[in-house]
Amino acid sequence: MADPMRIRAQAAGDKATVRVLMAHEMETGQRKDAAGKVIPAWHIQEVTAQLNGKPVFTAYWGPAVSKNPFLQFVVKGAKAGDKVSVSWVDNKGDKRTDEATVS
Amino acid sequence: MHTRRELLSHSARVTALLASVGMLPAVAQAQAAGYNSAAFDAKSVGELMKILGAGSPVASTDVAITGPDIAENGAVVPVGASTTLGGTKRILILVEKNPSVLTAMFEISDAVESNFSTRVKMGQSSNVYAVAMMNDGKVLFAQKEVKVTLGGCGG
Repeated sequence: MADPMRIRAQAAGDKATVRVLMAHEMETGQRKDAAGKVIPAWHIQEVTAQLNGKPVFTAYWGPAVSKNPFLQFVVKGAKAGDKVSVSWVDNKGDKRTDEATVS
Repeated sequence: MHTRRELLSHSARVTALLASVGMLPAVAQAQAAGYNSAAFDAKSVGELMKILGAGSPVASTDVAITGPDIAENGAVVPVGASTTLGGTKRILILVEKNPSVLTAMFEISDAVESNFSTRVKMGQSSNVYAVAMMNDGKVLFAQKEVKVTLGGCGG
């Protein structure tokens, strides 16, 4: 199981800005190790976010997203106390979901 | 007071509940299977648009890309893509000279603003595009050149 994500969700008016920091290697599949062998790609493929259990978007990522990815998005109609959860799935089928409360 | 019959029916309900919870990862798996790997293999913007079944993108001032003019470290380049237009279906972040142009694709709903920021890797100085695909089939883009200085020795 991968390390937890850090999620911060801040309400401003009727919107909430959500910032997510995920812990993931995001190996591109382009690099070679010391022995000259290609290091296989290992990256997050899909990110989904939910507000109070209702999906708000799905993102598909290639290997060109940075290591330990950062993501910022704005959810409409969110107020303090609402729950924002973010999930990712990587190309090895590993997954992780974390939740934060809008403040 | 619990009769055996009550307990049995209760455990059946719990089993049903567990099964429905177990369904959730199965759904997630199905979505991951919907991952468009052909799009992420595309080597040029034109090729990518063909794979996504979209027309050729039109430059628009309603779409914005934010990023540094000069990025010191190509491994971590902060990039934001946004549009002020309603009815956006997808937002794409493309890096023209990367091995595959498509970096990230956001399939958005009405519940979220069409404004995303993330960090991308860039192999070399290149144009970075924000592409907005609208519900009515229009494809709009904005571009910005980002210079990557490796080792901080000038662009």
